[in-house]
Amino acid sequence: MSNDVDNSRRKFIAAGVAGTAGLVLAPGVTLLDMAHARPAGEAASSAKRWGLLIDSTKCATGCNDCVTACGKENGVASTGHPETDPQWIRKIELKEIKSGRSHSLPMMCQHCAEPPCVDVCPTGASFKRADGIVLVDRHICIGCRYCMMACPYKARSFVHEEHEDQNPDVPRGKGCVEACTLCVHRIDKDQQPACVEACSAGNHGAMLFGDLNDSNSEISKRIATFATTQVRPDLALNTGVRYQGI
Amino acid sequence: MNNDVFRKNKDAAFYFLLGAIGLVALAGLGAAFYMEHYGHVVTGMTNQIVWGLPHVFALFLIVAASGVLNMASIGSVFGKPVYKARAALSGLLAIAMLAGGLMVLMLDLGRSDRLIIAMTYLNLKSVFALNVFLYTIFFSVVVLYLWTMMDRKMHGYSRYVGFAAFIWRLLLTTGTGAIFGFLVARQAYGSALLPPMFIIMSFSFGLAVFMIVQAVMYRWNDRVLDEEILRRLKNLLAVFVAAVLYFTAVYHMTNLYFAKQTDFERFILLDGGIYTTLFWVGQVLIGSVLPLFLLFTAKKSSTVVVASLLVILGGFFQLYVFLIGGQAFPLNLFPGMEQSSSFFDGVIHSYSPSLPEFLLGMGGIAVAALITAIVAKVLNFMPDDTPHPASH
Amino acid sequence: MINPAKRRSVLGWLAASLLALLLAGAMPATAQDGQGGHKLIAKGDKCVRDVDFMRRNHMNILKHQRVETMRKGVRGSQDSLKNCIECHVNPATNSVASSKEDFCMGCHSYAAVKVDCFECHSSKPKASIVGTHPIIAPGQQSEGKDKQSGLSGKIPRQMQAKLASLNMGEGVK
Repeated sequence: MSNDVDNSRRKFIAAGVAGTAGLVLAPGVTLLDMAHARPAGEAASSAKRWGLLIDSTKCATGCNDCVTACGKENGVASTGHPETDPQWIRKIELKEIKSGRSHSLPMMCQHCAEPPCVDVCPTGASFKRADGIVLVDRHICIGCRYCMMACPYKARSFVHEEHEDQNPDVPRGKGCVEACTLCVHRIDKDQQPACVEACSAGNHGAMLFGDLNDSNSEISKRIATFATTQVRPDLALNTGVRYQGI
Repeated sequence: MNNDVFRKNKDAAFYFLLGAIGLVALAGLGAAFYMEHYGHVVTGMTNQIVWGLPHVFALFLIVAASGVLNMASIGSVFGKPVYKARAALSGLLAIAMLAGGLMVLMLDLGRSDRLIIAMTYLNLKSVFALNVFLYTIFFSVVVLYLWTMMDRKMHGYSRYVGFAAFIWRLLLTTGTGAIFGFLVARQAYGSALLPPMFIIMSFSFGLAVFMIVQAVMYRWNDRVLDEEILRRLKNLLAVFVAAVLYFTAVYHMTNLYFAKQTDFERFILLDGGIYTTLFWVGQVLIGSVLPLFLLFTAKKSSTVVVASLLVILGGFFQLYVFLIGGQAFPLNLFPGMEQSSSFFDGVIHSYSPSLPEFLLGMGGIAVAALITAIVAKVLNFMPDDTPHPASH
Repeated sequence: MINPAKRRSVLGWLAASLLALLLAGAMPATAQDGQGGHKLIAKGDKCVRDVDFMRRNHMNILKHQRVETMRKGVRGSQDSLKNCIECHVNPATNSVASSKEDFCMGCHSYAAVKVDCFECHSSKPKASIVGTHPIIAPGQQSEGKDKQSGLSGKIPRQMQAKLASLNMGEGVK
């Protein structure tokens, strides 16, 4: 049950290695590097909390760039069975019933601080990484789908069919539940999630990725300045994905 | 002694029965293998209707399994001899049905091959994981209970073990209800009413199953159930059926008073198509009103059997509406807004159960029947009322 | 009807073959090269640990690393499955598990041990990863970068060198 094998030893060694590297290399260069990427071999830490800010006023109806990019990055493709096809990210078109005001936004795993999917998972396959990313450990997922019953955002999909030609960085297969990973494999390489990258590449600027724990990050500054909302705030799940203009 | 239940001159009939049930069980296993091989794409279940027909069967079997033990509990805990005579049979049925239900649940998993992981990696915050303990301890306690009833040397402990079994079966059904009671996401679930409602449902379904099995056993042995006992059991069943109806009414009334829930209630009670029909005709009329009428007017044991069958049928309808209907109503992510997407947001989700799902569910019932038939053949489970006249 | 003696002997056979199967399963390391067992497909000049150690413990190393990567986000370790695949890929199939000739299946089909990795994981290397390969020396790395598909051409040479130096079994035919 415990996955914290030799944690303290590893931390000690990592610290030692980092220290040695600092002595050998020019100190200035090391510090600059450390400030950016997490060095290989170091675990994700709770000092960071990754999040997204989505500005629905900049998100155009009919634009699907983020969805396409996600599918390409993670190998999530349609198999011609829309009802059983997994969807990690989807565009929702909204229309206020009273006023008729309509807008559009991408919906995906909200990476809650209090994720119901993690609470209900019988094996602990659903888990939240130290830096706030909610993931499924497919090694111990038994495919019971209780997390899908528990998720208020319909963010999770069950893989109904066999898959081949996975991206080596994104393992996924039949019989397990999956969802948006916030492109954790890219984040670990100090890159942005594929959807965010595609959104800015298309000059839409509707998605912003960053560290919610760092008050100097752009995302934190924006949240501190503008009115932002969480989806289903009544559930008090403290989501990592925030929206503007809903 | 070992032929009390299924007598020798009916051996051929018994083996035919066993073969027939065995075939159904095999078909269930075949269906599970088929689903495992091709993936759940061959079932009617989707990313919208996450749990389907197999779960309706599994829920029924698990709920009824704890309920059927009620006979034993009334006997041991409250010291009623009429029920004590039926305690062994009720214990056997409880084990058999729980085994059948769990089999369906396990074989429906996306990765049934990881059973060992399900039992070794436990997230204790999960109601599912807690249920693993509830089920295994239930099995052990009931086996122990059967031992105290069947071994003369152990008779003295019967009362205490029976009491433990009674407490544990209440916990078990609470756990089953809590699977849904603790779900915050969906409008159909997430209510503290569900665990007690599941307990009362277990009383009703369990007793109905017991009545039918008992009737079959009496018939097989050309014996007639004492009229006074029949009268008591049928009245008890009627009380349980009425109680389920009461809980159903409270559940829907509560929802109707909450503005945010009225859309969902409108769906189930008024314009939900198949779910509305199954609710009013299936659960209320066939599963509650009709059996109540039959039970209060019944003079013959065959009428009680028909009423029991209707209660079981109604139970399936009720669980179908609860489980599938509860998922068919879409999640409301943005209250006050119309929602649409490629992922079926904002629309009623469709579900058409497939043959493999049905066969898997029937397989669970068949396994329960198989366990009951074989054990009842080997050991003596026939209710014996001779030393306890019904006047008690 | 089967007479009891016959039934007993059938049961005996069954038990004996079951025992044999169990023993075979318990001693995968006895599967010698050339017995239809493991064929070496590799680049670089040595594995991340001793070959003997890897035969017995590769699953533990992989399991340990999967926890590190999945749960903690520790990436780029030489013990990662991706790294294994990178070295052990069969150039003929560009996979470690697509046929019995491939590295993983060579042993696993011989020992009749199910591999559960490739239900989800790709059994093929990611082309772009060659550049950051931890084992390949910097000189080789730039060679790999120059070529778009770093797998063809270069690997057989490396493999031949490795096979010659380690003198291991038959190697790739």
